[in-house]
Amino acid sequence: MKLVDEFELGLDAPICITWELTYACNLACVHCLSSSGRRDPRELTTTEAKGVIEELERMQVFYVNIGGGEPTVRKDFWELLDHAAEHNVGVKFSTNGSRIDVDAAARLAASDYVDVQVSIDGATAAVNDAVRGPGSFDTALGALERLAAAGFQKPKISVVVTRQNAGQLDEFKAIADTYGAQLRITRLRPSGRGADVWDELHPTPEQQRSLYMWLLEHGDEVLTGDSFFHLSAYGEALPGLNLCGAGRVVCLIDPVGDVYACPFAIHEEFLAGNVREPRGFEGVWKDSELFTELRRPQSGGACGSCGHYDACRGGCMAAKFFTGLPLDGPDPECALGHGEELLAARGSDVAIPAPAVDHSRAKPSRLRPPAKVCDENPLADFIASEA
Amino acid sequence: MSAETMLGGRWRLHPQVALRPERFGALAYHYGTRRLSFLKSRRLLDVVEGLERARDVDGACRAAGVEEAELSSYRRALATLAETGMIVPADAIAEGAVA
Repeated sequence: MKLVDEFELGLDAPICITWELTYACNLACVHCLSSSGRRDPRELTTTEAKGVIEELERMQVFYVNIGGGEPTVRKDFWELLDHAAEHNVGVKFSTNGSRIDVDAAARLAASDYVDVQVSIDGATAAVNDAVRGPGSFDTALGALERLAAAGFQKPKISVVVTRQNAGQLDEFKAIADTYGAQLRITRLRPSGRGADVWDELHPTPEQQRSLYMWLLEHGDEVLTGDSFFHLSAYGEALPGLNLCGAGRVVCLIDPVGDVYACPFAIHEEFLAGNVREPRGFEGVWKDSELFTELRRPQSGGACGSCGHYDACRGGCMAAKFFTGLPLDGPDPECALGHGEELLAARGSDVAIPAPAVDHSRAKPSRLRPPAKVCDENPLADFIASEA
Repeated sequence: MSAETMLGGRWRLHPQVALRPERFGALAYHYGTRRLSFLKSRRLLDVVEGLERARDVDGACRAAGVEEAELSSYRRALATLAETGMIVPADAIAEGAVA
């Protein structure tokens, strides 16, 4: 059996976990996939969070991607980082850079087990700040400067590809080179507040095609979290694991301990359980109804008869769900255009699921425009090898 | 250099590498390079775990029950693990040559 088929049947423990430590954030990015802003009073305590780390060690989950919210605003952030290092759980954390001062940079440079990922969503302040807020571009670059000055080796610069920055990939690469960083680019999902802006922000089909060509050329130099596997249907497969790992090889733990199938699917439909349950995270991973269901062999549904199904495997479950498309059909950004057809055919009465939780400080200022048939374009780490 | 000459002598798992058995074989994670590799059979896992006890890689393969006809494919898999630093020559550890 091919490895990818094995993975679709699920593993004894996740390969890696995304763990959003808090819903609190000092920014209010328009596309935030966890709709973060205000802290949730039910967030895991320090003791509970340490318990999760110890459980991950027992299950041999080798690393976690920590995010939020802005994880560094948690008072016990550094304590949890140290606890993870002591328990052989490697950490990569995502940050907007606002708390990476000189001391933090020095502390990070001294640690072997921690990797840092600074987010920017534009290669210029104008493009970035329109999405992430005024001043956020300079804040991020300031953090990268301090990390470089402290001697931190190879931080990541994390970019969500949008219609506005899809033409800046070479510039992002140049910024990464300037700071001795590695570029990571990932797909925009219509998750969280991303659902409100997806129609305007997600790349056009032409941009997707250019992105695919760019990834074929630079795929070995950039990280993608394997998030563009749906583009493999253009032809040659992209580097990485080309599959949806939700509930099979990855999952999300949110700040209140809820376990979701993937970081882009914070919705009751994809909620498997909570780490506070008697059997903890392990019980949820191994026995939850949802994950058991996700690990059953998939038929491919409407995509099963497509000649490219082996390449894209139907694309991203969350992208379909939050655009109101059926889960057993094409991805909204299907390389062959089948997703566009379905999006165009959605009636204005289509029921689009709202996120399960919303910690935004204010209601999003923009409401979803109804999908219109007349829209011109009715339409977003690991290094692995096999032995 | 061919896989066979490269794999001469006694080998072992890099001290910063952890193995996690899975139905299909195992995950190997290197905490130093943050590289993840997949061992695609349980027998390969047995071979890797037995490297240190054997005189050489062929010895480790035979001890794990690898048939003569399969030896070359196991050598190739081990060569891949050697190239990515997952396994290292045992004497390199003794001499402190592995960071």
